[in-house]
Parts: sequence; C-alpha cells; structure tokens
Amino acid sequence: MNAVSVSRRSFLAASLVGGAALTFEAKLAFAASGSATPAMLGAFITIEADNSVTILAKNPEIGQGVKTMLPMLIAEELDVAWSQVKIQQADDNYEKYGPQFAGGSMTTPLNWLPARQAGAGARAMLVAAAAQQWGVPAASLTTGEGKVLHAASGRSITYAALAPVAAKMAAPDLEKVPLKSTKDFKIVGKAMKGVDTPAIVRGEPLFGIDAQPPGMLYAAMVKCPVISGTLKSFDDAAVRKEKGVLAVVPITDGEIPAGKHNAVAIVGDSWWRVHKAREKLAVQWDTAGFDGFSTEGYTAKAKALLGAAPSAELFKAGNADAALAKAAKVITADYAYPFLAHATLEPQNCTALWHADGKLEFWAPTQDPGTARGDIAKVLGIDPASLTIHMTRIGGGFGRRLMSDFMIQTACIAKAMPGRPVKLLYDRADDLRNDYFRPAGWHRMTAGIDAAGALVALKDHFITFGANGKPMRAAEMRATEFPGPVLPDVHFGMSFLPTNLTTGWLRAPTSNAVSFVFQGFLDEVAEAAGTDLPSLMLRTLGATRQLPPEPDDTPFDTGRARGVIEAVCKFAGWTGKRSTTSGKGRGFGFYFSHRGYFAEVVDLTVVDGAVTIDKVWIAGDIGSQVINPLNAEHQMQGAVIDGIAQAMVWQPIEQKAGAVNNENFGDFPLIRVNQTPAEVVMTWVVTDNPPTGLGEPTLPPVIPAIANAIKDATGKRLRSLPLSLA
Amino acid sequence: MAISLTVNRKARTVDVEPDKPLLWVLREDLGMPGTKFGCGAGLCGACTVILNGEAVRSCQTALSDAAGKDIVTIEGVTASPVGAKVVEAWTDLDVPQCGYCQAGQIMSATAMLTANSKPTADEVTAGMAGNICRCATYLRIQKAIAQASKAIAGGAA
Repeated sequence: MNAVSVSRRSFLAASLVGGAALTFEAKLAFAASGSATPAMLGAFITIEADNSVTILAKNPEIGQGVKTMLPMLIAEELDVAWSQVKIQQADDNYEKYGPQFAGGSMTTPLNWLPARQAGAGARAMLVAAAAQQWGVPAASLTTGEGKVLHAASGRSITYAALAPVAAKMAAPDLEKVPLKSTKDFKIVGKAMKGVDTPAIVRGEPLFGIDAQPPGMLYAAMVKCPVISGTLKSFDDAAVRKEKGVLAVVPITDGEIPAGKHNAVAIVGDSWWRVHKAREKLAVQWDTAGFDGFSTEGYTAKAKALLGAAPSAELFKAGNADAALAKAAKVITADYAYPFLAHATLEPQNCTALWHADGKLEFWAPTQDPGTARGDIAKVLGIDPASLTIHMTRIGGGFGRRLMSDFMIQTACIAKAMPGRPVKLLYDRADDLRNDYFRPAGWHRMTAGIDAAGALVALKDHFITFGANGKPMRAAEMRATEFPGPVLPDVHFGMSFLPTNLTTGWLRAPTSNAVSFVFQGFLDEVAEAAGTDLPSLMLRTLGATRQLPPEPDDTPFDTGRARGVIEAVCKFAGWTGKRSTTSGKGRGFGFYFSHRGYFAEVVDLTVVDGAVTIDKVWIAGDIGSQVINPLNAEHQMQGAVIDGIAQAMVWQPIEQKAGAVNNENFGDFPLIRVNQTPAEVVMTWVVTDNPPTGLGEPTLPPVIPAIANAIKDATGKRLRSLPLSLA
Repeated sequence: MAISLTVNRKARTVDVEPDKPLLWVLREDLGMPGTKFGCGAGLCGACTVILNGEAVRSCQTALSDAAGKDIVTIEGVTASPVGAKVVEAWTDLDVPQCGYCQAGQIMSATAMLTANSKPTADEVTAGMAGNICRCATYLRIQKAIAQASKAIAGGAA
C-alpha cells in the first residue's frame, strides 16, 4: 500500500460550474487516530441547480460498504437529507483525493474526521452566504435537508439558491470548523442500504469483468505453472489458426512485485474462443530452482526447524527458559496452518487501452490503484501521470486485489494491441494458482504457570516463510503479540523457509492465523491451570493500561479487551463449565486486530465427527460510533462465516514440484449456505475512542473459538487448520 | 449457422459456434453481462439462469442446448411475479455485499420459489447450496427467501 504523506495543509475551495452547480473541493490533512502517519482526503461535493447533491466516493468498493459509508459522513455534516444525495465513483487521483486504497480496515480511521470536516466546511460557507444575503448573523441561522433557515423571520433558502454567493465566500479553517454533536446525527448511525444494491439486483454492468469499452478484445493467458519460472520458448502457429485469435503476446516484461509471473496471452474477439485456443499453444518454461518446492517439503523442513533454535529474534523479555524451569507446570504444543488462496468470486481481470499518444487507460477492479499506478509505470517504463484508472465495483477483494500483477499483465498486453481495449480474464485455475497466498506457518508454543495458576512465561518458535532473516509479505507476526508484553519472561523467535510462491494479505492478515495459535494454546493453558479461557485472559490482562504498539500501529488497551470479553460472556451466558451434553461444545476466542477488539463464543454440535456450528455470539468495540449499523451487521456476519470457512471448509493450497495443483471449487471448496450457522448475534461495547474499521477484526477470534469448542465437545484438541476430526 | 433462442421474452438470433456456453453467448454476443462467470465448471452458481422454468448453470449449457428454449436472466427476472417478489425482498433486506454472486442467487431462488412457493428451511438450504457467496450473505439470503415466500402467498390470497 501507498505510504501516506501530506503535501499541503487542509483547505476548502468552492466554485460555480456552468453557472449553476456549486462544487466544493476539500483537501484535508490530519493524523489518523493512533497513527503518526498523516493522511489526506479530497472530497468533491456538488450541489446541483435542483438542490440534489452529488458526492464522489473515492475508495474502491469491494463489498465492505465504503461507497455508502464515506458519503454518509459528508452528507451528515453538510446537513442534507440522504434522499437528496447521489453518489458517483471517483477515478484514481492521489493529487485530488489522497489515498484511495481498500485495505487494513483503514478507511474509517483515516476518514472519520476529515470527511466530516469537508461536509461541515461546505455547510459553513452556505450559512455564511445566507447570512450575507439576508444581513443577519450567521449564528442566528440553522440548516436542515439542504436548506438554510432563519427562525426569527421564518425565512428559508435552498443550498442551490445560495450557490452564486457561497462560491465567493471565504473558506473556513477545516481544522476548526464545528462538527455536529453525536446526538444530532440524522444519517450517521442509521441503517443505510448499499448505494449499488438496486443496480446489482437488476444485473447492471458494474464490475471489472463487465467493462466494455467500444472495440474491446479479450485475452486469456497460459501462465507458467511454477510461480517465478520464466518463459523459455513457445510456438503459436497452431493457436493463430484458431477462430477469433488475433494475436499471441508473451508477458515477460519486468519483475512484478515479489515474483515473476511469466505468461503467454492469447488475444482475440471472444474470451471463450481465446481461452479454448490455449490448448493449441506449445510452450516451454524454465522452472529450474523453483520446481523443488512442495507442501510436503515445507512440512518436513518446518518440523525439523521447530526442534532447533530460532534463527531470528522477534521479542525477548526476561529469561523464558529459566522461568519455565521453575514453573509449577509447563504446557507445550505445536500449531500449524496451511497456505490459502483468496478465491474472490469475480476472477482476476482488468481492461486496458493503450491510446495512440502512449497514454494508458484502465478499467480495473483494484483495491489499491495508487500502488498499481506506480508498479505499472515502473515495469513498463512510462510516466505514472500517463495512466488513467477507472475504478470499477469489485467482486470480492479480501486483499487479493491489493496486488498489481493482473494490471501489469493487462498493461503488457494492451501495449501490444495499441488502439484496442483488451480485457484479460483469469479462469478459476489461473486465479487459484497465481495468487498472493496467505502463507502457511508452524508454531511451537511453550507456557509456564505458577503454583497459583498464573501464566508466568511464554515461548513461541514461529516457522514462517522468508529470506535474509526477514519474513515475506504477510508472513510476519507481531512482536507485541498478546500476552507477550504483560509477562515477565517471554521469547518469540523465528526461523525461515524459502518458497517460490508469492505471498500476500488475506482478510485480517497474520491475525487470521496467529489468533488460532495463541487463543487455541491459551485455552490449553487455561485448562492446565484449572480455569477457562475468558478467566485466564481477564487475569492475564491485569489493570487497565495501554500496551506499547508496533511502529505505526495502535496500542493495545487492556481495558477495552476486558470490556468485550466480559460483554460476550454476559451475552452468551458463559459459565466456564465444561459441556455435559454429549456432542455439544462451547468455545471462546478473543482477538485485537485492525484497531478493533472482538470476543466471540461459538456453540457447536459434533455428530460422528461432523461439526455443525449452531450459533456465534460476538461482542465488539470499534469505538464511539458505528457509522452504518446495517452494513456493520453485514460485515460482522460475513467475517465470522469467512472465519468458519477458513477454520473448517477451505482445503490447503497444495504444491507439488513447484506448482500449485488446486484447480477449482472442488478442491478449494468455499463455504455454502448449508454450512452456515443458524444464528450469528452481536452486541457492541461503545467506548469513547475514535471509530475504526470493521472489514476484518471480527474474523480472527472465531477460528480459535471453534477449535476450543470442538475440544469441549469431544475432548480432542485440534492444533492444525483446517480443523478436522477425521 | 444462426441459432434462435428466446431471452427474457425476446426472440434473439446468434451466429456463433453451437458449443459456445450460453454464459458467454449472453455476455459476449447478446450484451447481457448480468450473468456472471465464477468457476466455469458448474460449481459456484454465479452463472445461473432459468431455462424453460428450471435453474441451470449457463457455463455448462451449450448454445445448441438452449436453442428454441425460453431463457430468463437477471436482466428480465422481474417480469415474472415470483421474480419481482424475490428482487423486492433482496432489495428490502439489502442482501448484497460485493454483489457478484447475487444474480445467480436471485435466479436460483426464483426458480425454487416458482416450483415451490413455501419451501421449508431445509428445502431452502438444499435448493440454494449450489450457489456460493464468497462474502457469506447466506443469513440474509435465507431471510429474503422467507420474505419473498410470504409476499408470494400474500399476493395470491
């Protein structure tokens, strides 16, 4: 993702467009809550002659609801009715809009204040315009539903009618412009439906795959089956004879971030035709040095490494070995989880047009257009400013589309077909095999408890993927992983395995794996200590305080953690007693990630080794305000079910002789309606903290909660994903 | 050879290979991209359309097998009273997240409710198990089908 930087101070500018429509452009700089990194936001608000308001949605919509949420913040402070608002998707333009990525559950914390300031600033200029026009003090005026009102005289005027005067008003200082008090919110905190829902249910073209610029061609690719392998030679004579085939384009240019994705693209008048023509291509790859990697090999090497000393340090406090030697009880266990793909339902695709003047235009389902712009410019050796990126709606992101590989490939093909737009579309096997995978990992956990049952020492030897003493992308874990920072004697060490696979961020990256390891293991520790996991957590959290964060991250507030643990126990009626009903189990998990605190309880039933999740209880703390409660419910249900899928349904990405073999939803199954829990219920713990995001933090706790509930139901402790009683 | 078919009550003719899947005929030749490509193997249901009253995977249906038949896609689903109620319930409950699978979900739900307007909860999960939603909107899909089922009964009464 882009480094976020400030290039200028906040300002607001108003202008009249075409003599009637009043447009506000805001640029704001502020420090995101809990982060030293300042961020910028550009907001375009246009008030049309009919007093309707158009607000540009600047960030990519991947189903997280941001296209609805960000304009809600602006409309609230502008003080217009939601029914007056029309929303348009903005193109990628860092200069105008600041960062536009969809990742890290960052949109809410980055925009909560500046989006509101933009709306409030525009409102202040409209109020000032009315004050001048009527010759009354601005303080005597109020607003509502897109009008300025003067109670004393009973006068009112629409924002549209004020446009000519407002455009000439001095812009307020956005850092000082007064914001509404929470109790006056009319839009924020209300259940708002997705702005694109009506178009989705009508089947209108919205997604990247639906882009259809005139004269468009289609491309399918034959990809090197071994990631990082390179193209040796190919013979396209037979392919070129196939109906509809117009060109064959080798893609060998440059290094796509963290891995070479060599391929041969077949371009023609129909994707079905060019995809079918792939079987006629004769191609040879150089996979030397990469074809020795396999799932089996990783597992064997990891097991050997677990018993050796770590090759790199992550966190050390006191003397863990000495403390374990003195401990009343020592618990040790090995945990493991596999490589996973993202499997967005809309396969990777992109459309690009290389214009006659060398400019490049994209229609792209990308979660991070800013980074893609830089990557593409670098690989093709062109000016980043020569790129236009239209952001389409996205058929699922989950982190896969933070990567630029599919856009770079499309750019390479478009360059070979100047003047004709080309759409590259992966088939499902291409998509599963050429992912930036959630990396596998192995942990040897060791804990010591004292005679009073308190956790006093902890060790983790983490085997992950990396090189040169550093983990690969998304293969790291936090040095501050709880409960490390609160214990006197701790040792987190790492050892690394090499891989040819490209790795990347999967929804709640690192947390979706580490939560399982730590909360699963702490459930074992609690059992050994004669208590239950919530009680052990509360005892270990201790007094309310802020634990120091990783660089550029937010501190861990033990009080907020305590708050959600206590809330979910109350909500679910947690007694801490083991299940006495045969086949029924209950488990708990807590996790802090992406600035959100979540505790969850899972009730499940096991019959003949088959696990059915009956109910999931969630307590969450994302600060003082849930912006769109309807979408919040969607995100929380979706994340929990996604977590259930990762825990129990998805099968590992399997690699042999360097190549990933998973082909489709048969061998990489996704969760279906018949595997969904009957109930997912939630409760909020509202705290006086800035609102934070909800795309990810609900996911991690459910995974260990399931493992812990299976232990409760069956007595079997499952320590590797996917969880299986077979 | 030109092949004729009826799509959303309109006669259409296409002159492409007869083994071309209906999915790609709709998307590429008839300019109807509402029907989605997800897996190309009949495993995800994103490409579901209604063919002579039955929900089928259009990625697995050759154009020649659709010749002369009556096809309903997401673009025309509200023309039937059941389809209209399904879409209404979907909108009312704001079912979609990313929205990519929803055309297929709506087509499957419409075919199911057309054949059986009062499915039990088990019939709903069985009837919808062929449609994957990667965002996991399943709880709302089940609710929306129950709501549509009620609305259909209300409309008939």
